[in-house]
This record gives sequence, C-alpha cells and structure tokens, in this order.
Amino acid sequence: MTEYAKTVEGLSCPAPITSKDAVLLGHGSGGKLSAELLREIFLPAFNNPALAQLNDQAIVDIGGSRLAFTTDSFVVKPLFFPGGDIGSLAVHGTINDLAMGGATPLFLSAAFIIEEGLSLETLRRVVHSLRRAADQAGVCVVTGDTKVVEKGGTDGLFINTSGIGLVRPGIELSADGAQTGDKILLSGSIGDHGIAILARREGIEFETTIESDSAPLHSLVEALLDAGVAFRCFRDPTRGGLSSTLNEIAAQSKVTIELEERAIPVREQVRAACELLGLDPLYVANEGKMVAFVEASGAAKALRAMQSHRLGREARIIGRVIGRDAPLVTLRTALGTTRVVDMLAGDQLPRIC
Amino acid sequence: MKYLDEYRDERIARALVSEIGRRATRPWVLMEVCGGQTHTLMRYGIDDLMPRGLELVHGPGCPVCVTPLETIDKAIAIARRPGTILVSYGDMLRVPGSRSDLFRVKASGGDVRIVYSPLEALKIARAKPAHQIVFFGVGFETTAPANAMAVWQAKHEGVENFSMLASHVLVPPAMRLLLSSRSNRVQGLIGPGHVCTVTGYPEYEKLSADFHLPIVVGGFEPVDLLESIAMLVAQLEDGRAQVENQYCRSVRYEGNERARQIVEEVFEACDQKWRGIGVIVQSGLRLREEFAAYDAQRIFELDTMTADESRECISALILQGLKKPTDCSAFATRCTPENPLGAPMVSAEGACAAYYHYRSHTRATAGPNS
Repeated sequence: MTEYAKTVEGLSCPAPITSKDAVLLGHGSGGKLSAELLREIFLPAFNNPALAQLNDQAIVDIGGSRLAFTTDSFVVKPLFFPGGDIGSLAVHGTINDLAMGGATPLFLSAAFIIEEGLSLETLRRVVHSLRRAADQAGVCVVTGDTKVVEKGGTDGLFINTSGIGLVRPGIELSADGAQTGDKILLSGSIGDHGIAILARREGIEFETTIESDSAPLHSLVEALLDAGVAFRCFRDPTRGGLSSTLNEIAAQSKVTIELEERAIPVREQVRAACELLGLDPLYVANEGKMVAFVEASGAAKALRAMQSHRLGREARIIGRVIGRDAPLVTLRTALGTTRVVDMLAGDQLPRIC
Repeated sequence: MKYLDEYRDERIARALVSEIGRRATRPWVLMEVCGGQTHTLMRYGIDDLMPRGLELVHGPGCPVCVTPLETIDKAIAIARRPGTILVSYGDMLRVPGSRSDLFRVKASGGDVRIVYSPLEALKIARAKPAHQIVFFGVGFETTAPANAMAVWQAKHEGVENFSMLASHVLVPPAMRLLLSSRSNRVQGLIGPGHVCTVTGYPEYEKLSADFHLPIVVGGFEPVDLLESIAMLVAQLEDGRAQVENQYCRSVRYEGNERARQIVEEVFEACDQKWRGIGVIVQSGLRLREEFAAYDAQRIFELDTMTADESRECISALILQGLKKPTDCSAFATRCTPENPLGAPMVSAEGACAAYYHYRSHTRATAGPNS
C-alpha cells in the first residue's frame, strides 16, 4: 500500500454535532431551523385549531365575523434603508400578514423596545414614518407600549406590531389549499428588500441604488379577490425568500410544485449583487411581493387583475402544481433541466470564492 | 447581464451538448477541480445532459471542505477568548470542529464576524485597538493575494492587534497526489479557473505532460463548463494531452503577476494537512518569518493543538472523486446540511451539499421537512 493510500484510508470527517443547547441565529432565518423551533417548542405549548393552520395570520370567529389576527417583530439593521425604514416596515409587514388571509386590515398595535442612548431625532423619524405608512394604508394604530432597556440590552430599536383585520365573507385561503393543476402567480421581482439591506450594510454601491420593495399589499389582494376567480392561497415571501414560502406551501398542501426559472423576475442590480455576494435570489427576503395559487382556469384573469394594480405590474405566472407525489419544489432551469429548490437550514452563507 | 447571460444561454448550451454527444465515442471520466464548478453542474443539471458513459467526478477544490479539523478547533479556541474578535468568510462558520462550530461559539457570547474581504478585518482592527482581531484566512490560491495584502498592510501601517490564522492550500500538489494514486480514474481535468486567474497555468502544463492528461482551464457558468467538457472530450478522442484555456476572459498564461508577487512576499510553501486527504508535501502556504508577528498560531500558542478525525463519513473518497455523495449510506438521512457529518455537506460548494440541494431523488425519500 502506498503512503498515500494509507493516508486516504485513515482519514475522514468528524462525528456529527447534533446537540442544540442554545438558540442560533439560523433559528430565526425562516428556514428549516425555524420550522424545527416551531415544531418542537412553540406548537406543542400553544396547540389550538387557529394556530394549527400555520398561516401568516390566525382567523377566528367572533359573533359571526371572521377576524384575522397577527403579530410580527422588526429588528432590521440599519434602521433606515433605501425604500423604507423600520417604522414603515413594521406597518407593511403586519398588514401583509393580514392581507394574505384575505382580510382588510383595520387596527394595529405598536410596541417599541428602545436602547438607552437612541437619539430622540431617530425615534421621531421612525414614529413619523410608521404613522405615515399607517395613514397611507388606511389603518389606525390604536394601542402601544414603550420599554427602554440598558445600553447593550438591544440594538438601537426593535418594534413589534400586531394587527386585526376583517376577512371577507366566503374567502377561504390557506397554505394547505394548493391543488394539482393550480397556477402560481408572483406579483413582481424578487430579492429587492434583502439586497437593499445587505448592500447598505456591507457598503456595496451600484450605479443606481437598489430600493427595498416594502409596501402594503392589501389593496392588491382586494383587487385580486374582486376578480372573482378561485384562489387557494396567498403568501408574501418575506424572510427565507420565495423558496422557503413555496416549500412551506408544498409541505402543508402535500403537493409538488414546478417553477420555470426564466419566468421569475429578478432585477438586474439584484442579480449582480447576488452574483457578487454568492447568494441565490430565491432565498432573499421580499417585503412587498406576494404569490397567489389559483385554479388553472382562472389564472389568466388573475394575472390581468394583478398586472392592472400598481404593485403587480411585473406579475408573472412562475409555475404550477404538478402533482401529489412528494412535497417538493422543483425548477426547470434555463437549460431545460430540472432541479430541486430546497429549503435552507439557516441563513445563506456568503461563499469564500 | 453582460458576461453572464451569454454563458447561461440555452441555445449555446444545447449546441455544446450535441457536440459532446457527437464527439464522445467511448466512456470517459472527467473531474472538475473546483467546488464552484461542482455547484454549477448540479444547479443546472448538466450531468443529466451528458451522453451515457461520460462521467463527471468532483474534485477537492472546496476550501471549506479541506480545511483540517484542528484548524477549525483553533479558530474556535481563539473565538472563545475574551477581548478577541474572530473574523471569517461566511461559510466557515457552520463547519463542525471536534466538538462545536463557530456559530455556536457566537451564540454563547464569542465575537465572531463575517466579512467578504480580509481588508475589512483590518478595518475592524484599526477601529478596535483594545481588541485582538484574528482573520481566519482559508482558501486556495484564489484568496491568497487578498489575505497576503491584509497582512502586508497591517505590517506597513504598524497595526499590532491584527493577526491571521492561515490555512492555505495549493491545487497542483494535491492534483499530483490524486493522479499518482493507483485508484485514480480521472482521464481529463477541468482546471480551476479562479485559481489560474492568479497563478496562470504553467504548473498545469507540467501536470498534463507528467500524467499525459488533457486539462482545460474552465470557468464557472454552464456554457463555460459545457465548452470545457467538449474541449476535453475532443482531446481525449484525438489522443491529445495538453492544457487549453477555455476561461480566457479571465485567465492569462502567466496569471496575475502582481497578485503572485504579494503572495510570494508574505507567504511561503509548507507541508499542509487536507481534511479528508491527509498531509500533502509543499501543498500549503504559511506566513514567512518576517510576518511571524501576524501569525495567530504563534501569538496564541496553538501550534501543538491536534484533533483526530472520526471514521464516520466518506469525504476522503468524495474529495478525490472516487465516490459520489449518493454512494454514502448516511447521505440525506443521517447527514444533512442541518446536521452535517462532514464538511462537504456544510459548504455551499461541497459536493454533498450540491447533491442534497439540487437533486430530487434525495428528497423523494427524505422529504423537505423530515
């Protein structure tokens, strides 16, 4: 046996590190680790029918009305970024979670966790922006809370918003409702928000600034519901990106989804930034885009309705539900081959080279 | 996007696939050196487009995968020290060491930061003079110039709180060893385009001559890889063995002279351990004596730390192209990106991770949420 062969035989990789005795950043990425946290800690603790739906909002019946209720926390860094700030984002994020259930958003709460030393001017700007975003979306902030923590107790400013909305009668949207043959609509380009934040954080500059797509989607949802076609499910692909959202729907509906790579719009600068940073836009966050699963015969009408709205002009049909073999998302590549679009374990990690 | 769209063009790709099918009359085994190339092959399903008998095996060119276990343990030991900031490229953070990884160290209070360039680590050092800043300098010849530049600048500016935990590997000695092995099956090589952008390819001419091996220095887009494969098949069918440059928009024969100079000035060749392969003579780079004050191994007295690798995973065989990830009994069951048994499953460039992420046959049994 040569020296080399001996070396080869004697060496391999280490034993697994399976113990997770502490929360890792990846647990907040919206990927598999997040799902694990939900499955192992939160769902067993709070098990109830409204939560078990695992949608972006809970829908509960109160006195004959169907209320949508949701909550979201915002920890974005930097606080101000091209296309928005933590204040407007805190309104849009919660409104969108309500809208995806087919609800008209009505009331919000806003809670501020502030680090000692934050400039009052910064706080004023954020609160003003939050107010303006709420006004523009036609919702009222009706209650709130303020906590101040010692320096180092938080990072500048965190905001939590909760929201209540009223679901239109007769509307049943749920991530477990996708069926074979359904067409999948996407309201516009992906990755804008995540890359806008990352570019600002990393100090990467392009010829034109990449702006976050942060926007309230409830009027787009209303326009879609007015089209009178059979929608199964709406989702806004936020953290974890389009891929995580579609993987969740595939898992909940127990269906196989096939995407058409060329149909998925990605802005030129976002593509360039992703190439530069070694990221895949399918996993990058959005804050003003939605996917809609629609029964095939209504797809053309739904697409027209989407494209007629300001926030859906670049909408495309990006794929379809092809069967019930396995809960899976596949993608037809630009070369005509097929590959899997997996859900990531944690965050995307920039590659070395 | 210029320089990208044309290299992902379906028409051009289809034409190259036909050409490969036309030229290949016998079975051939080709290896791509780089993890980035493996990633593209899987992502675009290029191996599915190959004629029967043309086999693509995956080489050792994933810097994360070949970084030795003990080096990761050393990085973890440094990151745990109070007053120290460990700065790293992103995909090193999830790689398991003997007992932990850098993400877990970060979660338990260690200061671990991700950057895109070692010069950013130097910036942190300037901004935090009371801290020790250690850059985890891993990679092939590709990352060596920037890493060398960071150390060089630190020395010339007199930045005293900056050092580097260097674990650099060189492609040609590893390929030489791999090709000398009795179990070698590789008949043609897609050379590492980014490495050759720095080093040029005179060394690869020696490899080609010594092993009568066709080599095509290749790029990283689907059309690059298909063209490289077509060029290799043509050489094999014609009985030629020479070095050709497919990635000529980036690679020049002599490489990048200034990049080579700074590497030469700061680093010297040394024997280097490769995870999954073992020690390969003169296959690594270490800081020269003049830069010893910037060598984290010496500053933190970590020279004697060693770690034993377990026999759990078959990465040794995978990194040499002797086995495919799907040949491993742990693949997609006991070994997944969430709980990797070995480095090729951790890094985005690792062959196992590429198979796991892009292959449906793995998922049909494992399920997306299992």
